[in-house]
Amino acid sequence: MIERDVEFGASVTFDGVSKTYGAVKALSDFNLSIQRGEFVTLLGPSGSGKTTALNVLAGFVDATEGDVRVNKNSILGLPPERRNIGMVFQNYSLFPHMNVFENVAFPLRLRKVAQDEVKRRVGESLAMVQLNDFGDRMPNQLSGGQRQRVAFARAIVFEPSVLLMDEPLGALDLKLREAMQLEIKRYHKQLGCTILFVTHDQGEALALSDRIAVMGEGRIVQIDTPDRIYDEPNSKYVADFIGTTNIVDFERGPSSIIRFPALNAEFELQENDKSWGQGQNSISLRPEKLHRDISPSDHVIIFDASVEEYLFLGNIIQYSVRTTTGKTLLFQEHRGPSVPILARGESLKLAFSINDARPLDEGTHGSGHT
Amino acid sequence: MNAKKKFTSTWLLWPALFMLVAFFLIPTLDILRASVYDPEFTTKHFAKLLGSNVYLDVLWRTIRLSVIVALICAVIAYPISYFIVQRPRKQQIFFLFLVFIPLWMSVLIRSYAWMVVLGREGMINALLIGLGFTDEPVKMLFTTGAVYVAMVQILLPIQIVTCYSAMTEIDLDLMRAARILGAKPWQAIRRVFLPLSLDGTVTGAIIVFMLSMGFFITPALVGGRKDIMMANLIEFQVQQLNWGFAAAISIVLLIGTVLCVIIIKRLSKILIRRLVGGGHA
Repeated sequence: MIERDVEFGASVTFDGVSKTYGAVKALSDFNLSIQRGEFVTLLGPSGSGKTTALNVLAGFVDATEGDVRVNKNSILGLPPERRNIGMVFQNYSLFPHMNVFENVAFPLRLRKVAQDEVKRRVGESLAMVQLNDFGDRMPNQLSGGQRQRVAFARAIVFEPSVLLMDEPLGALDLKLREAMQLEIKRYHKQLGCTILFVTHDQGEALALSDRIAVMGEGRIVQIDTPDRIYDEPNSKYVADFIGTTNIVDFERGPSSIIRFPALNAEFELQENDKSWGQGQNSISLRPEKLHRDISPSDHVIIFDASVEEYLFLGNIIQYSVRTTTGKTLLFQEHRGPSVPILARGESLKLAFSINDARPLDEGTHGSGHT
Repeated sequence: MNAKKKFTSTWLLWPALFMLVAFFLIPTLDILRASVYDPEFTTKHFAKLLGSNVYLDVLWRTIRLSVIVALICAVIAYPISYFIVQRPRKQQIFFLFLVFIPLWMSVLIRSYAWMVVLGREGMINALLIGLGFTDEPVKMLFTTGAVYVAMVQILLPIQIVTCYSAMTEIDLDLMRAARILGAKPWQAIRRVFLPLSLDGTVTGAIIVFMLSMGFFITPALVGGRKDIMMANLIEFQVQQLNWGFAAAISIVLLIGTVLCVIIIKRLSKILIRRLVGGGHA
C-alpha cells in the first residue's frame, strides 16, 4: 500500500542536480522550483538534459549529485513506484494486453483500491477525457489521439502529486496536436495539478506553459513566462530557439555610439540607457519589429535594404531582405489595404526602435535567471 | 496495373505451393490411403492399433514425454531469453550465437555425444568415481532420464530463439510505465512482461512439442527398451514391411499431435487470461 503523504498538486524542487555518464554531463547543477499547480515546460533540443531531469524526478535515473524534493520531502531514496508521480510517455505505453478500462484501473489495482471505487474513479477519469464508452476497447483499436487520452486518464486516475509529460504530442499530426494542446490546458485547469512537461517544440511550450525553462548543455539557460521568453531572450541560444529572429552584431564606437556594421547604421545612446548592451555584442530583432513607416526619432535606427524574396503566410507577408552590406534579414508585415506587397528587387528603408532590440549573451550561459 | 501486380506476387507463391502439394499433401494422403486399403478397404490396422493396450501405451508415453520436454524447455528457456533481451544489442548477438552453436550439429551426432557423456565409462561416471561419490558406475544411459536430458538439450535452442524473438517485440517502456504507476519490479514482470511474452513462449513450446512427438533417433540411442516412442514403432513396422500398419500408426500420431496442439493452445489462452485478469491480487 502506498501512503498518500502528498496532495494532488505538490511543489517540486530540483536542488543542484547533476547527472554524469562517464565524461558526459547530462545535467549539471540543475535548479528548478515548481509551484503547486504550476505548468512548467522544459524546452530544448535533444541532448539538452530535459529528459534526464524528468527521469531523475520519475526515479528511472539516479542523480549523481543534488536533491529532488516533492513538497519539501526528498524523494531520491524512493523507487519509482513509491513516488506517486503520474507520467505520460511519448509513445503512450498503454498495456497492449489490457483493455482501456484495465489500463486506467492498473494503478488503482496496485494500490488495492476496492472494486466499487475502482469503477467510480476509472469512470470519472475516462469521462474527463471523453472516452466513457471506450472501456472495452483494446489499445490497438484506438486512434493516436484516443490512446493519448487514455494514457492521460491512466496517469491522473490515482491523483499523483505531479504529472510528468514526455513529448506527449510528438507522435500526433499537426491538427490533432493543436486540439490536444487545448485539451491539456483544460485538464490542467480542471485538476489543478502540477505539471512538468518536456518538449523540443517551442510552439507547444509557448502555448501551454505558465513558465518555460529553456535548456541547453544540461542546465537552464533562461526560465520565465512564455511572453517574456519570447520578448526578452537573454542569450543568442534562447533567441534562436524561440520563434524566428534576426541576430545582428553591433560594436561600441567612441563615446556612446552603437554601430551596426551589417546594417551600415549607427545610433547614439541617450543619457538614461548608457548601460545598454554592456558586455554584449549582438541583438535579437524579431521580424515583426521591423517597419517601413517609422518617423525618425531618438530611438529609431533606419537602414537601406532590398527585397530578395517573400513568403505569403495568409494575413502576414514574410520578406527576406538584403542590406547594403549583403546581410539577409527577415521582416514580417501584416497585410492591409494601405500595405501593398513589395516586389522582388524593390528597395526600401527599414527601421526599428532600439527598445525592440534585445541585446544578447553568447552561448548557453544566460545573463542569469529571472 | 493492379491486376498485373497481383499476378506477379501470386506467382511467387507457386514454388512453395508446389512443394507443399507434391512433397507433403500427396504423400500424407497416400499414407492415409495405405492405412485403409490393403489392398481392399479395411479397418483392420486401426482396429489392431486401437484395440491393443501396448500401442495405446506407447502413444500415451510419447505424448507425456513430449509435453514434459516442452515444459522443461519452456521453463529453462524463459529466464535465458529474458536475460538476453535485457543486454545491449551487441551482447545479444553474442549470446544468441552461443545458443545457436549446437544447432549446427546433427541430432544423430548430439545423441551419440550424450552416449559418451552418460555411459558406464562416460565422463559423468568417471567424475563421480574419481571424486569418491560412488564405487560402481551409476546407470544413466539407456534410461528414461537420459531421453529427457538429451531431448531437452537438443530442442532448447529452438525454444530460446522463439521466446527471445517474442520478447524483443515488447516495448521496454511498458515496464517503466508499470513502475511509475505503482508496480514493484516483480509486479511489473508478472502483470506486464509475462503476459506479453507468454504467447511467444507457448508458440515455442508447441514447436518443441511437435518435434518431440516425431523423435526417434535419440530415444533409440540413449533410452531403454521401454522408452520406445511412436516414431520407433513406425520404423519397426516399416522394417517388417507392414506398410499398412505403419501408415495407420502415422495417421494416429498425426491426429494425436494436432489434437494436443489444439488443447495446449486452449489451455494457454485460459492461463494468459487468468494472469491478465488477475487484477485483484
